[in-house]
Amino acid sequence: MIEFYLDQKSGVTPYLQLVQQVRRAVKLGLLHDGDQLPTVKEVVGRIAINPNTVSKAYRELEYQGLAIARTGVGTFVTVAPSEKSVATLGPLRRDLQRWLVRAREAGLDDESIEALFIESFRDASSIVAS
Amino acid sequence: MTVVLEATDLGKRYRRKWALSDCTLSIPEGHVVGIVGPNGSGKSTLLNLAAGLLAPSSGRLEVLGGPPARDATALGRVGFVAQDPPVFSSLSVRDHLRVGAHLNPGWDSALAELRIDDLGLDPQQRAGRLSGGQRAQLALTLAIAKRPELLLLDEPVASLDPLARREFLQILMEAVAEQQVSIVLSSHLVSDIERVCDYLIVLAGSRVQLAGDVEDLLSSHHRLIGAQCDPDDYPANQTVIDSGHTDRQSSLIVRSDGPVLDESWTIEPVSLEDLVLAYMARGERPSSRRPAAGEVVV
Repeated sequence: MIEFYLDQKSGVTPYLQLVQQVRRAVKLGLLHDGDQLPTVKEVVGRIAINPNTVSKAYRELEYQGLAIARTGVGTFVTVAPSEKSVATLGPLRRDLQRWLVRAREAGLDDESIEALFIESFRDASSIVAS
Repeated sequence: MTVVLEATDLGKRYRRKWALSDCTLSIPEGHVVGIVGPNGSGKSTLLNLAAGLLAPSSGRLEVLGGPPARDATALGRVGFVAQDPPVFSSLSVRDHLRVGAHLNPGWDSALAELRIDDLGLDPQQRAGRLSGGQRAQLALTLAIAKRPELLLLDEPVASLDPLARREFLQILMEAVAEQQVSIVLSSHLVSDIERVCDYLIVLAGSRVQLAGDVEDLLSSHHRLIGAQCDPDDYPANQTVIDSGHTDRQSSLIVRSDGPVLDESWTIEPVSLEDLVLAYMARGERPSSRRPAAGEVVV
């Protein structure tokens, strides 16, 4: 089961953080189709946030088609079968790790690596978008 | 929508000093409301008025549809945890539960026992020998077990260490999830408010500076950054709450009453903490104690 957390310095509203954490966990193959999400009470009991925030996140996940609520039972992950699953993640992860090793050998520190990644990511996104 | 607390021009005066004035609020049910403000801004006064421990000097206040604490039934519907956990140091934990059961018609003894068990408190232990966090948890247990519709808490976590504070908020949020109780709490800690509250009230200079649903407040306020400018050049349709200037740049926190049409301003979201601080600073400025509606205060 997913373990939620709250990053209060991120500037992202709490309910969106929960949504993103579920999306990420699904993408990384940590959550599968049919997995149950923790109940609202379980989440607030663990990370001390407003129950309405959790309900709102779950409604948003339903809206995005990533979860389904079954009355009286709970909320469950729904994942459409996709070819972009764990199988393709492995090689990409290895490529990225190799690249990170090269970046460190070139003398880049964590901050520079992150900045370079974000900048390249933006460039790539704008190419795809245009 | 049902309103849990409705104040109209509410005021409280101690001798010649107004601790709270012109307070008009309407808090809908089902929220966790956070009251923030500097010391002496009227937070405790407002909560004590709502609990019926103080009588208003002016204006009107209704709690759950009637005057606060008007009879035993009204008292049973509202829970109040005062500042500095109100427990009796010579009484044991079990004695506290007995007192709670005796004084509250709607007492849920199963819930109280369960909570004490979950907290790992020894029922024989005297309250005076409990840690600060445990005393706060005991006071919260008593307030929750009376099954109130509205729970008022005055600085409930101020004296607690970070771990005890988190545990306290966990229990409080579980109660909200389970019992659909409305909460009004005061705090100095915006980070805690941000975590647990979905409705915010900023008090400063004995007045309400800001009140509303947290998400609505965040989406209606922005930070505008642009070249250094005078108040005459401020963008239209924006109420400037706070401004900062260097010799090159002006940074404004604004309430947007319409879109920013001037494209020379960069628009950024504003964090809850910055928003709270901006309104507090505005309320503490002597010149702006009584800002007229729509007036731009700089």
